Amino acid sequence: MIPELGHFALIIAFAVTIVQSIVPIVGAARNQAALVAMARPAALTQLLFVGLAYAALTHAFIVHDFSVLYVSQHSNLVQPLMYRISGVWGSHEGSLLLWSLILALWTVAVAVYSRNLPEILMARVMAVMGMISTGFLAFMLFTSNPFERIFPVPLDGNELNPLLQDPGLAIHPPMLYMGYVGFSVAFAFAVAALLGGKLDATWARWSRPWTTIAWSFLTIGIALGSWWAYNELGWGGWWFWDPVENASFMPWLVGTALIHSLASTEKRGVFKSWTVLLAILAFSLSLLGTFIVRSGVLVSVHAFATDPARGVFILAFLIVVVGGSLALYAWRSATVVSFGRFQLFSRETALLLNNIIFLTAATAVLVGTMYPLVLDAFGAGKISVGRPYFDTMFALVAIPLLLLLGFGPSIRWKGDDWQRIVKITGIFFIASLVIGLLIPFLIEDQLNLATGLGLAGALWVALTTLRDVVSRLSRKLTLSLSYIGMVLAHFGVAVFVAGVTVTMTYHEERDLRMEPGNVYNISGYEFRFQGTRKVQGPNYIADEGVIEIWSDDDKIGELLPQKRTYSGKSNPMTDASIDKTFTRDLYAALGEELENGAWSMRVYYKPLIRWIWLGCILMTIGGVLAVSDRRYRQTVRQKVNNKLGMANV
Amino acid sequence: MSETKPSMLRRFTPFIIFLIMASLLLYMMTLMNRGDYNPRDIPTELIAKPAPEFTLPDLINPEVMVSSSAMKGKTWLLNVWATWCRECWREHEYLVTLAEQKNITIIGLNWRDERTDARNMLRQLGNPFSQIAFDPNSEAVIDWGVYGAPETFLIDSEGIVRVKHKGALNEAVWQEKFARYFTGVTQ
Repeated sequence: MIPELGHFALIIAFAVTIVQSIVPIVGAARNQAALVAMARPAALTQLLFVGLAYAALTHAFIVHDFSVLYVSQHSNLVQPLMYRISGVWGSHEGSLLLWSLILALWTVAVAVYSRNLPEILMARVMAVMGMISTGFLAFMLFTSNPFERIFPVPLDGNELNPLLQDPGLAIHPPMLYMGYVGFSVAFAFAVAALLGGKLDATWARWSRPWTTIAWSFLTIGIALGSWWAYNELGWGGWWFWDPVENASFMPWLVGTALIHSLASTEKRGVFKSWTVLLAILAFSLSLLGTFIVRSGVLVSVHAFATDPARGVFILAFLIVVVGGSLALYAWRSATVVSFGRFQLFSRETALLLNNIIFLTAATAVLVGTMYPLVLDAFGAGKISVGRPYFDTMFALVAIPLLLLLGFGPSIRWKGDDWQRIVKITGIFFIASLVIGLLIPFLIEDQLNLATGLGLAGALWVALTTLRDVVSRLSRKLTLSLSYIGMVLAHFGVAVFVAGVTVTMTYHEERDLRMEPGNVYNISGYEFRFQGTRKVQGPNYIADEGVIEIWSDDDKIGELLPQKRTYSGKSNPMTDASIDKTFTRDLYAALGEELENGAWSMRVYYKPLIRWIWLGCILMTIGGVLAVSDRRYRQTVRQKVNNKLGMANV
Repeated sequence: MSETKPSMLRRFTPFIIFLIMASLLLYMMTLMNRGDYNPRDIPTELIAKPAPEFTLPDLINPEVMVSSSAMKGKTWLLNVWATWCRECWREHEYLVTLAEQKNITIIGLNWRDERTDARNMLRQLGNPFSQIAFDPNSEAVIDWGVYGAPETFLIDSEGIVRVKHKGALNEAVWQEKFARYFTGVTQ
């Protein structure tokens, strides 16, 4: 009964979104207040019914209602409660429902927090978000109903892969969706502004915090996915350039360009049409990601089960939404005139360069992801673009980006004297270049240009960011939350780059055959294999290897990797053991038992790998701080009055 | 430097790029739906070659061995399936139809599975297989070059692999790829 109610709630929500996408926009066009006023109640009603449907599916998971096909396929009787709740979004149908729920939440959040917006603009924003909802709910109802029943009812559901029962993986999709779907807000604002034909800086001011918070969610979502892959998959890697990873990375790159471009538009009224275009692109790439993952055009560990009808539906939706908004852009952006004037050497130009770099990176990822798929479809054979292409592209993009990041934030709006900038940052440039190149030289006794430049870039960004803070403090300027947010995010970039550079250069991986008593030395750490013992877990028995770690004749730790055999399972599971510190990870995983108590095993040394995720966390916190800034809680009128008086970023 | 009205070309460029991309994707989807292109079709070396041998314990009755060599003289299907494979659940009903209505001999290859889970699935959905080889350690699966489940091979009476299909079987796939090998056998 409850699953049917859930299904019914979805149908009602679908009907409501149709009203939400048509009525307010008609009202806005005809200037009829009663129709315009429908926008908010419709959004609330939609949230209510999507929420009910979501609750119904969650209920089916909690009470083990295996008569629901989706529940029987993604949970079983022994599954812990937490993984039954997260099981809702474990696969295609349920994750679409989560998508819709999050979209409804964002819509209502916009309705609630944007009370000061002109009603007509609000009506258009709500209507655009309603259209997106309509598409997703129709997708679910017509091709991917999560409430489908099966008969006869199975006594128990499918066993979930224990690998997938991990808290990091459980919260990674909701975070990603918050990011993807969050970009729909900027998209809706952009389309609403185009529809209204009045593209002033106001829309930038209003969509800026929404975009930043969506970007923060996306950042932490991607980082969580990477963290899970590193911890659970046991390959020692943190990013694989898998098409599905790329699908989340492309909106992130364009989203990063967008939050910077929005700053120019908000502060100086420049790049208006460019910013609108980026807002459309960021969300379009989110939709493209959805298409790639769910249409079956690619073969990947992430890919959902294929069904050609789904592919066609998403593609049609993609064409309507993206094609429609780009056509609208082509038609309407002619009316957009940017007034701001600025000189060649100015903050505006620096931000424009930032945009160009991020867009280049996004294009490189798009090409690298789509090219093999298209080539395959045309019968030109299966190729893999793979890691070398992406790594080279990103090394090329990183150099100008880091260089720019060092002095960009110090350049004044409108125009600045390049000699002034050279004077204040020159010393840091030379210092970071020298120190950066020196570090690998001291370690390796030879010049390592790639590593040296990576470290120099990280130092350069960190030092110049700090310099700017110190300079502002010494001038007794108050640091706004949005400025502190920016500083943290940029500092995060430095930490991230340092982590990536050092890990990639100095990591070591060895496949060893170890007998009890054997010692192996990696980068100054001695791995002393003591042998294995039998360990009894709650629902498994394991061979546990004991590896002592010694450094400079001191025992500094112990690794206890396990090879577990779960009761009733024939395949043993590898449980790696990682010794984590701020500066390095030591990692051991048991392979196969060989003769005479010897084992094959894999050991890693990963210096600074934690800095990669630390950098992402700093960027996320930076985004959250920037949104918490007081000025986003002011009213439009106050903002307009304040506009000229604001000096900070 | 100041920004003025964007030119016609500049305004339409994004739209045009999108149109090109969308047509490519549309073309891909059309090929996929017509069955001319399946991204999961990974060419197999085995076509027109003798089928790899396997001898594995039976899923239902572990004392009995299932062997590919015992199938000589028959045209049969080898269907790779598992309970963890969602598409296999969907495909199953059609396999039952094949076995019951068309009298097709299907040997199951139960891959990386649990005996009890697999038996439960058959109890629920019916058993279309004349025998099921139990392969928890991917022994046969590796020889056969299987990439994922479900996957189905057709082996003719000479023991030669004739067809390999990646993904679920259904009537359309059957008519297109498999049916012609069974004319005269069915009905």
